[in-house]
Amino acid sequence: LVLACVICSPQNYPLYIRSIPAENELKFHYTVHTSLDVVDEKISAMGKALVDQRELYLGLLYPTEDYKVYGYVTNSKVKFVMVVDSSNTALRDNEIRSMFRKLHNSYTDIMCNPFYNPGDRIHSRTFDNMVNSMMMQVC
Amino acid sequence: MEGLTLSEAEQRYYCDLFSYCDTESTKKVASNGRVLELFRAAQLPNDVVMQIMELCGATRLGYFGRSQFYIALKLVAVAQSGLPLRVESLNTVKDLPLPRFVVSKNEQESRHTAVYSSDADNPASYSGVIPPPPGRIQVKKGSVSHDAVQQRTSTDQQESTSPVVSPQQSPPTSPHTWRKHNRHPSGGNNERPLAGPGPFWAPFSEAQPGSSTSSDPIWSGHSPPPHQENWVSFADTPPTSALLAMHPASVQDQTTVRTVASATTTNEIRRQSSSYDDPWKITDEQRQYYVNQFKTIQPDLNGFIPGSAAKEFFTKSKLPILELSHIWELSDFDKDGALTLDEFCAAFHLVVARKNGYDLPEKLPESLMPKLIDLEDSTEVGEQTGEVGYSGSPAEAPPSKSPSMPSLNQTWPELNQSSEQWETFSERSSSSQTLTQFDSNIAPADPDTAIVHPVPIRMTPSKIHMQEMELKRTGSDHANPTSPLLVKPPDLPEENKISSSIKFTPGNTVNGYSSSDSYTSDAEQIGSTVTRQRSHSGTSPDNTAPPPPPPRPHPSHSRSSSLDLNRSFSVTPGQQQAGVVAYPPAVPPRPQPSQGAGPHVHRPVDAEGLIAHTSTSPQQIPEQPNFADFSQFEAFAVSGVNKEQEDEIETHSEVLQVEKPSDSTSSLRVAKADGRVEDKTPANVPTSAGKGTTPLAPPPKPIRRRLKSEDELRPEAEEHTQKTGVIAAVLASQPSIPRSVGKDKKAIQASIRRNKETNTVLARLNSELQQQLKDVLEERISLEVQLEQLRPFSHL
Repeated sequence: LVLACVICSPQNYPLYIRSIPAENELKFHYTVHTSLDVVDEKISAMGKALVDQRELYLGLLYPTEDYKVYGYVTNSKVKFVMVVDSSNTALRDNEIRSMFRKLHNSYTDIMCNPFYNPGDRIHSRTFDNMVNSMMMQVC
Repeated sequence: MEGLTLSEAEQRYYCDLFSYCDTESTKKVASNGRVLELFRAAQLPNDVVMQIMELCGATRLGYFGRSQFYIALKLVAVAQSGLPLRVESLNTVKDLPLPRFVVSKNEQESRHTAVYSSDADNPASYSGVIPPPPGRIQVKKGSVSHDAVQQRTSTDQQESTSPVVSPQQSPPTSPHTWRKHNRHPSGGNNERPLAGPGPFWAPFSEAQPGSSTSSDPIWSGHSPPPHQENWVSFADTPPTSALLAMHPASVQDQTTVRTVASATTTNEIRRQSSSYDDPWKITDEQRQYYVNQFKTIQPDLNGFIPGSAAKEFFTKSKLPILELSHIWELSDFDKDGALTLDEFCAAFHLVVARKNGYDLPEKLPESLMPKLIDLEDSTEVGEQTGEVGYSGSPAEAPPSKSPSMPSLNQTWPELNQSSEQWETFSERSSSSQTLTQFDSNIAPADPDTAIVHPVPIRMTPSKIHMQEMELKRTGSDHANPTSPLLVKPPDLPEENKISSSIKFTPGNTVNGYSSSDSYTSDAEQIGSTVTRQRSHSGTSPDNTAPPPPPPRPHPSHSRSSSLDLNRSFSVTPGQQQAGVVAYPPAVPPRPQPSQGAGPHVHRPVDAEGLIAHTSTSPQQIPEQPNFADFSQFEAFAVSGVNKEQEDEIETHSEVLQVEKPSDSTSSLRVAKADGRVEDKTPANVPTSAGKGTTPLAPPPKPIRRRLKSEDELRPEAEEHTQKTGVIAAVLASQPSIPRSVGKDKKAIQASIRRNKETNTVLARLNSELQQQLKDVLEERISLEVQLEQLRPFSHL
């Protein structure tokens, strides 16, 4: 059960936030915010190597008792963070990877839109639909 | 009259309206047509209108003074908001939206044209053609421009429309920037984009009047006469209110403001509404217009408009960026950041629609989808002829895109269909149907043998085949070194020969196969093409196993690991040649002396055979026997398997020694051999006889002699393949050996013929087997590809 999905810019401000349970949004925001530190840590750890060699999927950033946080970073340091319910054991790593890949693809499509200025909040309906379907299907 | 507090917007608005109605500039508006039409444009029930009029005191006064007018307008707003009409509500209701009045298109046009034309005359602009929004389109509120208003009022072209309405009334509630634009004086019009985009935007306002063809917010192009007024007016009228063009669709409102039109206009509207079927259909005129606009940006119709240029262009439409972004997402089908002609038309159409009040769809309508490929032409819906398939190459790209875009969903099945078609095509091309045909044909091709031998269907003794055979033989040359080894093993003398001969054919076809495999393949060749075919599809080492010739599944395995000697040996006399082909035509002589003895010598008696073979094989013993065999071809044909085996063995040894690609000269060899044999027949015969009689030692000797003689012949002789043919012939003729030397010529000739036939047969077999191999490799490659595709992504 994907609880939340956040896209953060290279400057670590959010471009897109979506969480399924309307309540507790703040909690998810906080969780994602703290997970950014982990993301940065992982990025810097591999910083020695070329960026190209860096794997985009960061994997489980850290688990809490309620949920797990997965991270994914693009080559342009745009970060995708996903919060998943811990009780959902059916969600395998591969599925998380595929979800991140879909996110990345959709994000790329957004970037292709000349009306989108990088760094803006993402308001695309299509993107919303995609994220919704993705999060819903998991649920 | 109560005090009336108006907000500034209201103040302005009402002032404009009043001025509009105040045709006579008398500061009081009588209940003239304009006022009434204004109220009608408010889309209020008549009784409400009456109530309003009463409330505002006009009835008392008999005319609308400014204040009454203002009150009336305010009451109209109240009524439109759904609030009960109360005098008290005038001031108590806060944030009342401005009263809305349907703007006639003409007015918009006039405004619009006014914007762009320097002509101060608004005459024809207000043709009473009210843009009949196909049901939903809202008539745009005219921008408010005093000039326009004035002009409009003066001109009063609108036969029908609510002249009152449009020009003056800025879309009351529209939060659009357009409306704000509308409020600007005509000076603001100049801010508008150029006339280029101007006319571009004109369609927005003029969408309605027109197209009798489709009820879309149609931009009937400049041409259509009915709309010409709009266009014309657009061009002619002075820049009354530039805003008009933009605002026509107080889009966000979704207030379907019907143009209050005269009968004519309403009729037109109705007409257009009725013709409304597909809101997203692009008419030809619109299409043409879009194409022209496309050309202004990108002269090449097959080219792309880069995203930045498209962004500038569509930004001129004054749509909010969010909507433009959504439109882009809908229309950029292949997500490449650039617009093709079809995509551009779709985007343009969406912008137009949006300006006319249509909500943007979540998915790209079918009629706007760029044509994918010709396959989908039939599936396109509502596509105008003008929109003939722009090749869907960009659209085909989408498959690579994330299919999560809902707008692409419709195309996926089509693309999948096309891809499926392609796939099936490729699959068909790589199918092994030829093999099956081959098989079926082969079966009946060999009536002589109980076993279905791999008699190739094609009996084309072409040089190519011969060359192939030669190649195979050369390939087998590589394996030849091993053949002696094989020959040596006691149990495998015959097999060795077979294997060596076998090596000929599959030498080249068996790629990467072990030598043993080649043997097997050879054996199979000899055995049956059927078996071969099946075997090739399987693993190489099992060539013999998988497609067992009907009679002998794995008899060879008894002998050698992979050789199907039995099969090869079991070649019937008719097939002897085929079987023998594998062997150099060196064997025959041996069994000659005593056909029974020959075989005895060579085969059934292992010891003898072993010794003989071991001793002879490395040498060129078989050659001599071959000669003898040649003469015995005919006789041999009658002989049993043993003789064949003998011959094979002998030929095998010959093969070992002389491995030259052979062609159709095998017969020549045979001839030569026969000739020599004939020369030596007296000697050979006794030798062969000796061989036949003397189990072990004697046979080798005469064999050696013959071999030597044959050796002499060898250099002159030809390739292996021919030897094999000769061998076959020899084998076939073996039985005839004992007949008499005198018959050698006939035997030789017969053997020559047989060898030739065998050659051709084997050549065909070889080519077919190679084809099978190719097919199998293709299948393997396709399977590997499929496996790769099915394998889950293991990376990110």
